[in-house]
Amino acid sequence: MEILSKVHARNLVSWAADKPEVVVLSADLTSSTEIDLFRDAYPARFFSMGMAEQNMMSFAGGLAREGVFPFVHTFAVFIYRRAYDQIADSIAYPNLPVRMFGFLPGVTTPGGASHQAIEDLSVMRSLPNMTVLEVGDATDVETLLDPVQAVEGPVYVRMLRGELPRLFPEDEPFRIGQARVLTRGTDLALLSSGICTEEALRAAAALESRGVSIQHLHVSTLKPFDDEAVAEAVSSARKGVITMENHTVLGGLGTATAELMAGLGVGRPLIRVGIQDEFLHGASRPHLMKEYGLDAAALVRAVETLLHQDLGIGEGDLAAVRLENVHSAAKAEAL
Amino acid sequence: MQSAATSTNNWTDDVHRVARGIRRRVLDHTIRNNGGYLSQACSSAETLATLYVRLMNLGPSVAPPVPPAFPGVPKAGRRAYTGAGYNGEHAPERDRLYFSAVHYALPLYATLIETGRMSEDGLRQFNQDGSTVEMIGAEHSPGLELTGGSLGQTLSQAGGIALARRLRGESGRQWVYMSDGEFQSGQTWEAVQALVYHRLDSIVAYVDVNGQQCDGKMTDVMTIEPLQSRLEAFGARVVSVDGHDPEQLAAPAEQAPDGRPTVVLAYTNPCQGMPLMEARRPKLHYVRFKDEAERTAFADMLRGMPR
Repeated sequence: MEILSKVHARNLVSWAADKPEVVVLSADLTSSTEIDLFRDAYPARFFSMGMAEQNMMSFAGGLAREGVFPFVHTFAVFIYRRAYDQIADSIAYPNLPVRMFGFLPGVTTPGGASHQAIEDLSVMRSLPNMTVLEVGDATDVETLLDPVQAVEGPVYVRMLRGELPRLFPEDEPFRIGQARVLTRGTDLALLSSGICTEEALRAAAALESRGVSIQHLHVSTLKPFDDEAVAEAVSSARKGVITMENHTVLGGLGTATAELMAGLGVGRPLIRVGIQDEFLHGASRPHLMKEYGLDAAALVRAVETLLHQDLGIGEGDLAAVRLENVHSAAKAEAL
Repeated sequence: MQSAATSTNNWTDDVHRVARGIRRRVLDHTIRNNGGYLSQACSSAETLATLYVRLMNLGPSVAPPVPPAFPGVPKAGRRAYTGAGYNGEHAPERDRLYFSAVHYALPLYATLIETGRMSEDGLRQFNQDGSTVEMIGAEHSPGLELTGGSLGQTLSQAGGIALARRLRGESGRQWVYMSDGEFQSGQTWEAVQALVYHRLDSIVAYVDVNGQQCDGKMTDVMTIEPLQSRLEAFGARVVSVDGHDPEQLAAPAEQAPDGRPTVVLAYTNPCQGMPLMEARRPKLHYVRFKDEAERTAFADMLRGMPR
């Protein structure tokens, strides 16, 4: 698998070259959110707002009212937890085109509960006028900005940084409201998002070898949640549906899927693999994925539950974990 | 309507006339409705009148004299409607007002009427269902263009607008009207430090320092003084004035921009011009008459107030 580094950092510079109306706001996490190359390339369009997110979000609203497009970058928790009131009144109510890039979703940081965004999708989905997106690989990150910029109102992107796998073909760009169909099948529908898609792919070969037929979709648009391919997948799965997300099961992909299934009258079981309504703590990504049941083995257990059978899949059957040093040199800091 | 360009030599007379009108209209409204933000009119009347009569470079109102019905909240396919048109058309050289102390909406509406920007019929819609003339103003209310009701957000939003206007090379200034209670909020200080750091000197904030908030006297709730030295320590240009003296109010705004945002601390009396209000201290945030006798006394006071 191809691994790329600083994908957003390089992509933002090239994408913004002919867009003088795009500015970047930073809250003291410039290299940590991969906007250092933008800062160096376009210093007149880069504004350091300091470690003061409430002001930054209202400031962004003011800019957006005047035809400037603020691309706000910081860790996700500092967007939606620290400045929620400002997002609601200064950005979301007036439906302004502020683009928020929230880094360090869930288990992707060993920074502990203060740094791990586990309910950002839930919080942001519940805000009227907000579009909510999540990326899962380098292609998503590279091809995200055009569709984001086409949205009339505010957009929250649950973002990835550092070393990223390329899971999806370079010529198949991110599209809002369109899940990527990874495998087709009839027994189960599997909806995965963010880094959980890579994890789910580790189990794919083992499940296929046991004859399990799965319709696997990578879902990157959490709101609006109106993708017909998703509706079709949950409606046609014979044995049930599994969602898999690096997020609390309250308010994210699992909840959106439950709401969709209830609305469609799909009377089949749904297993929501994700964080079960508790906080994370500071530890490595593989450790947290195992501890909180977000890994390929957890997916296999969910499949077994829905199929009422033991598939006999052991750790050895799951593809080798993409080993990633917590203190990898590709990261700006050990957060 | 008057602006700096068209004011007469006796502009202070105009300010006082408008200020008297603001107090009378808000008092009249409060008597009719048995409730209103009366102390806010007492403290803000001269400041709002000075802003509209003397300081702000605004075009004539381009909004309907009687405000339109609320068109609905902003959402996909429906552009946000704002009440900015009452302050004239947006233009590069024109100033803008960002009204942060939205609980002062009633005095603001009275100011718009007194300066010929809104019909007095508009005030009949105050706090009526389906109207934009809301009790606590929002961006669709006459004279407003931002939603700041949470308090502490408008100065930051104005900073973003100031930055955008600077990027476009516009010369218009940003006037912000705030209440002193907003200086209890951390975001206000974040905003001041950002305005100073980014040298957004087109911002001039007028603060009604009336020492009052919802619970009563600010010194009994959470003190903000010494406000001038705190703001100066943040790097702002700060002037403290008697908030009922038009010449003092106008003087700091007539200084040339020097790279710093300007904050004018208008020290005011929340009972100014309405002696009966003194008996209601320390709870002045919202006036509802205790009984018919008190209401009658205020009505008598209104009849005796000069025009």
